[in-house]
Amino acid sequence: MRASNVTKAVALALSVAWVAGCSTSGTTESTGSTAGTDTGSTQGVSQNTGVSGSSMDDVANLQTVFYFDFDQSVVKADGFADLEKHAAYLAANPSAQVILEGHADERGTREYNMALGERRAKAVSRFLQVNGVSGSQVESISFGEEKPAVLGHSDSSWSQNRRVELKYVSR
Amino acid sequence: MKKVFHLLIMSCALLLSSVASAESDLAIEITQGIDEPTPVAVVPFAWDGSSALKEDIAKIVSADLGRTGLFNMMDPKNMLSFPTQQAQIYYRDWRISKTEFLVIGRQIPAEGNQIKVEFELYDVLKEQRLLSERVSGTQDNLRDIAHYISDMIYQKLTGIRGAFSTRIVYVTAQQYGEGKVSYRLKMADSDGARPITIRQQSEPLMSPAWARDGSKLAYVSFESGRPAIYIQYLATGKREKVQSFRGLNGAPAWSPDGNKLAIVLSKDGNPEVYVLDLRSRSLARITHHYGIDTEPSWSPDGQSIIFTSDRGGQPQIYRIYLPTRQLERVTYEGNYNSRGRLTHDGRFLAMVHRGDDNVFRIAVQDLKTGRLDTLTDTYLDESPTIAPNGSIILYATQKGVKGVLGGVTLDGNVRFILPATSGDVREPAWSPYLQ
Repeated sequence: MRASNVTKAVALALSVAWVAGCSTSGTTESTGSTAGTDTGSTQGVSQNTGVSGSSMDDVANLQTVFYFDFDQSVVKADGFADLEKHAAYLAANPSAQVILEGHADERGTREYNMALGERRAKAVSRFLQVNGVSGSQVESISFGEEKPAVLGHSDSSWSQNRRVELKYVSR
Repeated sequence: MKKVFHLLIMSCALLLSSVASAESDLAIEITQGIDEPTPVAVVPFAWDGSSALKEDIAKIVSADLGRTGLFNMMDPKNMLSFPTQQAQIYYRDWRISKTEFLVIGRQIPAEGNQIKVEFELYDVLKEQRLLSERVSGTQDNLRDIAHYISDMIYQKLTGIRGAFSTRIVYVTAQQYGEGKVSYRLKMADSDGARPITIRQQSEPLMSPAWARDGSKLAYVSFESGRPAIYIQYLATGKREKVQSFRGLNGAPAWSPDGNKLAIVLSKDGNPEVYVLDLRSRSLARITHHYGIDTEPSWSPDGQSIIFTSDRGGQPQIYRIYLPTRQLERVTYEGNYNSRGRLTHDGRFLAMVHRGDDNVFRIAVQDLKTGRLDTLTDTYLDESPTIAPNGSIILYATQKGVKGVLGGVTLDGNVRFILPATSGDVREPAWSPYLQ
C-alpha cells in the first residue's frame, strides 16, 4: 500500500516535473527534470545538507505523515529531519506547492477538532516557512476527525489519526 | 416537505368546562428528578378496516410519552381490559393497576386511503374525560397522526407543548470499498423513524444546523476538497454556498430571527467566531483571541453567543454579549467543556463534558445555580441537541464500534438509544417546531 503510493508519487513527480521543465524556459526548474530522469541517484545525496533538497527522489521517499500528541500541535522532533528536506526542496523550487492536511482523533467535539487539525497543519506550515519556504507554496486544510487514517477507539488508533499529511500538488 | 405533514384536525370541543378553565392544574411540575413517573395506559386503538394498518398508533404514542421520562407507560400485556369507547371503561380496573391517566381510541376507515382517528384522554381518579379529538389523515401518515396525538396528550398533562411532531437531521458515514466513504445527511421523525437521505456525497459533511423556521439547513461540506458553508432548502433541495474563505469555514448557527449565521473562520490566522448577515452579506468579527474560538450558538433572545474557547488552556465555554462585547466564562467544572447549546428558555446549558474520569459525556449546567450534572453513562458522547420544548437532549455516542444516536431527559432520569440505522451515525440536530 505504502510502496505503491510511493511509486505513484514518484511517477506523478516525474511527470509534473517534466511538464514544469517543458513549460518554463527557466533556469532552476530545469534541475528538477534532470534529477527526475536520473532515477538511480537517491542515496548518496541525502546526507548532503546543502543540495539534497533539490533532488526529486529524495522528496518522494521522505516521510509525509507527521504525528502529534493528544490535544497538542507541537511538531515532534522525529519529524524535523524530513521536514527540513521538504523545506529545502520547496525553497529551491518556488513553483512547487504542498497541501498540509491536519487531522485529529475522534475524542472531543467535531468543530473543536477541526480547529485542532488546522492548528497542527499550521504548525507544520510554520516549520516549513522558518526553513525558507514561501507562504504561498503552502496551504493548510483541516479535516478534523472526519477522515481517520485508522478506525477504532483505542490509543493506538487515536495516535495514528492525530496527524498532518503533507501532499505535493505541484513540484 | 410541508406536504408530508398534512393533517386535518377536527377538535370535537368536548373538553369538560371545569378542565378547560383550570388547565394548569393538570400540569405535572417538572422538577429536578421525578422519582415517580406518572402511570399512563394507552389502550390499543380499535380498527374497523378490512386490511391491517401499517403502523400501531397506540404503540407509537406510548413510546413517545415513555421516552420523556415523565410517564410510566403500561404494557398492554398487563391491562385488565381493552376499552375503545367511554362506555367500556371500568375505572376500578385502572385504579387497581394504579393507572392515573388512560388513553383510548378508534381508527375509522374513510374514503380511499383516508382514515379518521378518534382518541380520548381520561383522568382515572377523577373519572373525567380531559380530551377528545378526531384527527384525519391518510394511511400513509399514521406516524404523523400518532405524533400529533402524543403532542396533544403531552401538552394536556404537562402544560408544555409537545415536540413529537418535530424532526431530526443527522449525518451518516458508510464505508464502501477500499477507503471510500459515503456521507449522507438524513432527516427522520423525532423518534428516529422514517429516515430519508437529503444529501449524499463522497467527501465529509458536518455540522448541520436548522434555521428557526424549519425550512432550511446550514452545514459544512468538503465537496470541493476544502470546507465551505452551504445552505440547503428542504422543500426544493436547492443549495447555496454562503462562505468559503481560505482555512476553516465551519460551525454554522442560525440567529433566532433567521437573518444571520454565526460561523467560524480562520481567514485572519486562527479560528474566530463571526456573524454573517444573510441579507447584506456583511461579516462582523465577534471574537479576538489567538486561541481556538469555535462552536458558536445563540442565546434564545439573540443578544449573546456562547462558544468554545481554549484561551484558558483547555476548551471551556464562554459567552459574549453582542451589544457590549462583554465576555464571560460560563463553565469551570471539568477539564474539557465544549459545544454548548442553550435550552429555549436560556436557563440550561447542555454540553460535551470531560470530568476527572477523562470520559466525554453529556452534561447540563443550570445557569441560575451554576450546578453541573453529568447526564449520560455512555462513551465518546458528542453533539448534544435539545428538543424545542427542552424535554430531551439527543446526542451522538458509540455503541460497540458503531456511532449511534442516544437520548437523555434533561434531568438524566431516562436514557435511550435510537433505532440503529446503517452506517456510522453522528451529529443529530433537532428541528424547531414545524408548521
